[in-house]
Amino acid sequence: MSVSPAINPVEPFLRTERMPHIWCPGCGIGTTVNCFSRALVDSKLPLDKVAVVSGIGCTGRVAGYVKLDSFHTTHGRAIPFATGLKLANPSLNVVVYSGDGDLIAIGGNHFIHAARRNVDIKVICVNNFIYGMTGGQVAPTTPLGATATTSPYGCFEAPFNLPFLAESSGAVYVARWTAYHVRHIAHSMVEAFKKKGFAFIEILAPCPTLYQRRNKLGDGLETMRYYKQHSVIKNGASTRELKLDLKGEITVGKFVDIERPTLQDAMDQRYREVLKESYCGRGGA
Amino acid sequence: MDSAAVQAHDASGHDQAGRAGEFNLVSANPKSVLTGAHFMDGDHAACEGALAAGANFAAGYPITPSTEVVERFAARAPLVGATFLQMEDELASSIAILGAAWGGAKSFTVTSGPGFSLMMEHIGLAAMTETPCVFVNVQRGGPSTGLPTLPGQGDMMQARWGSHGDYEIIALSPNSPQECFDLMIEAFNLSERFRTPVMFMMDESVGHMTEKVVIPPADQIKIFPRRFTALPPNEYLPFDANGDGVPEMVKAGDGYRIHVTGLTHDERGYPALNWRSQQKLVSRLVGKIRGHADEITHCNEYLMEDAEVVLIAYGITSRVALAAVQKARQEGIRAGLLRPVVVWPFPEKRIRELASKAKAFVVVEMNLGQMVNEVERCAAGTKTVLIPHAGGNVHAPEEILQVIREVTQ
Amino acid sequence: MPEAPPAAKSRKFRGRVFINWDRCKGCGFCIEFCPPKVLKFSDKFNNHGYHPPILENEPACTGCDLCGLYCPDFAIFGIREAVSAGVPAGADVPASPAAAA
Repeated sequence: MSVSPAINPVEPFLRTERMPHIWCPGCGIGTTVNCFSRALVDSKLPLDKVAVVSGIGCTGRVAGYVKLDSFHTTHGRAIPFATGLKLANPSLNVVVYSGDGDLIAIGGNHFIHAARRNVDIKVICVNNFIYGMTGGQVAPTTPLGATATTSPYGCFEAPFNLPFLAESSGAVYVARWTAYHVRHIAHSMVEAFKKKGFAFIEILAPCPTLYQRRNKLGDGLETMRYYKQHSVIKNGASTRELKLDLKGEITVGKFVDIERPTLQDAMDQRYREVLKESYCGRGGA
Repeated sequence: MDSAAVQAHDASGHDQAGRAGEFNLVSANPKSVLTGAHFMDGDHAACEGALAAGANFAAGYPITPSTEVVERFAARAPLVGATFLQMEDELASSIAILGAAWGGAKSFTVTSGPGFSLMMEHIGLAAMTETPCVFVNVQRGGPSTGLPTLPGQGDMMQARWGSHGDYEIIALSPNSPQECFDLMIEAFNLSERFRTPVMFMMDESVGHMTEKVVIPPADQIKIFPRRFTALPPNEYLPFDANGDGVPEMVKAGDGYRIHVTGLTHDERGYPALNWRSQQKLVSRLVGKIRGHADEITHCNEYLMEDAEVVLIAYGITSRVALAAVQKARQEGIRAGLLRPVVVWPFPEKRIRELASKAKAFVVVEMNLGQMVNEVERCAAGTKTVLIPHAGGNVHAPEEILQVIREVTQ
Repeated sequence: MPEAPPAAKSRKFRGRVFINWDRCKGCGFCIEFCPPKVLKFSDKFNNHGYHPPILENEPACTGCDLCGLYCPDFAIFGIREAVSAGVPAGADVPASPAAAA
């Protein structure tokens, strides 16, 4: 048998010496990383100018596995780190890659403010409805009735609708897919990379070890089948109306794709208007 | 309180530029330096010091009595090619400056009291990831909301130990608007030299005190440039410290594809979650400061040649203490003042030297006993007396004088 | 979304699948979502105790790499390569442990 020079398309994007990764069998995070790698190829971004910033958690480990400039920061603070990084070095394409607990619970304030400012960063949120790294605690995304280690009798708090939150906070690009929708995810990522401003992609993904098993939803594969059967693509749907519950229909698609000045543009424009030729520009790095 | 009347002796024996040893310093960028004589308060002077030091990124959140620093920076930034962003909270401010640093900027944030508490986690992240940056804390009375508009010095131990885990820190304590300018440059230089967060421990009195501030021409201001590596990406290990324990740095976007994590990591920057890696990394992080304590430490001494009562005070308190020393001298008491300019690392070597000669140490601080514990540790049994003050007001020279009289009897 | 496999006889290319045997954690995503269903679980265990996939229907593989896109463990991928004269589509496809990429 001949030795083939073929390599896995994701391989050039990985710190392969760190494989195997820590993610459980049937976890969807790795699948999203494949989509990310394909999107980087398709979007033809110069890879030396792509930086990935993660917070803490299972998805937060993405930064440690991708062979790009990558920053594994503190819990919830990936977005403000990314904001500083982007403003200091505007030539970078800054991608925040983190989980629902990190971005929306402890980091929720930063999320809404970065969207409001329209910071030119791309936020990929892998939503597995639970805190994975710490052992399956209830999250602000846990559906009503679902159990978690800290909601043993079922979750009684209403979860966030993340695309609605992103849109109402000011995001210029908002999409939701499940880990089943691999080509859609990759395509959305390409679109988001091209977009100037705060782009948000939510990816629902199985956490078979902690969420699915505890809620008797099967393993990772069964969850992927479930996503396939129950997802309804509604591009352009009103984010307020999106469906996502413990069981039942899941609305996926691209919901928002608008233009609005980015933080950097608005800052430059204002300074130029007011300060005229005294405005020095922002040196950057 | 006329400190100019008494010649201060710089106990470290070297000037700012000389402190960087063998490194090549560069001149400040004239665009950012407001050369001339000014009448400004400490907060504004600190801002000008940061600009002169090359700071081109600041993030902050309003909090009394520190806000004037970022107000001035917000006004000045677009005129000098710098960026200011008011963040949603201190958590965001304190990590945005780390992101900016890895983007290539020289960055700082400014806060006080409760905001400083919120920033603790990112002081730890900066220490762990060896990110050069400056945290300014214009101290007010605490705990909690405390005295927003009045001074305190109750955060000295927090500056040293506030973030969890084991690390060393550098902290400076200016006692005048002029020093807010001068020492801010030193703070940035130290942060670049040692790749470490540096605490700039002002207090409300110094921050809101308006005095003459002389800003020298740019070519007289020496800047420690970032220690960027000259190695190509295939030879570069981001956390491989060369001789002096401080690794060379890169910035994002330069093709090095670095990984930076707050987890315990190896020389490649990869997580290495075991006791050996922990021992190696944390020992180096602590060692690079402790091992250079003589280079970093910086005290001013007043009337110390024959002093048998040694007052120890820092920040605004050092000015009141000096007044008390002068009064004591008028009474024939041989009192002197040792003033740590760099408060962390603590000047323990100098205190130990003095302990063998002095009759007593008198520690004057605007808290109920923080740095006095350090003095006592180094005093080796020499009598050490604290003159505490809960904050909100500086000590009266007379109450210090009274204690000086008592310890000499 | 899945691509229909072209009729094997008219193909100008063949599909090949590469499996990194010991990286696999046996989730089965690749087997489930392979459009022409050419993969199945191996009876054998890898070093970590999982059953990786093997290619059971070589000629039908289109090399679409959907397996590669799904695999959360970066353990499998597919490619298309031109079929030279006389070599049947799907021949010589490495799908065994020995052929792990």
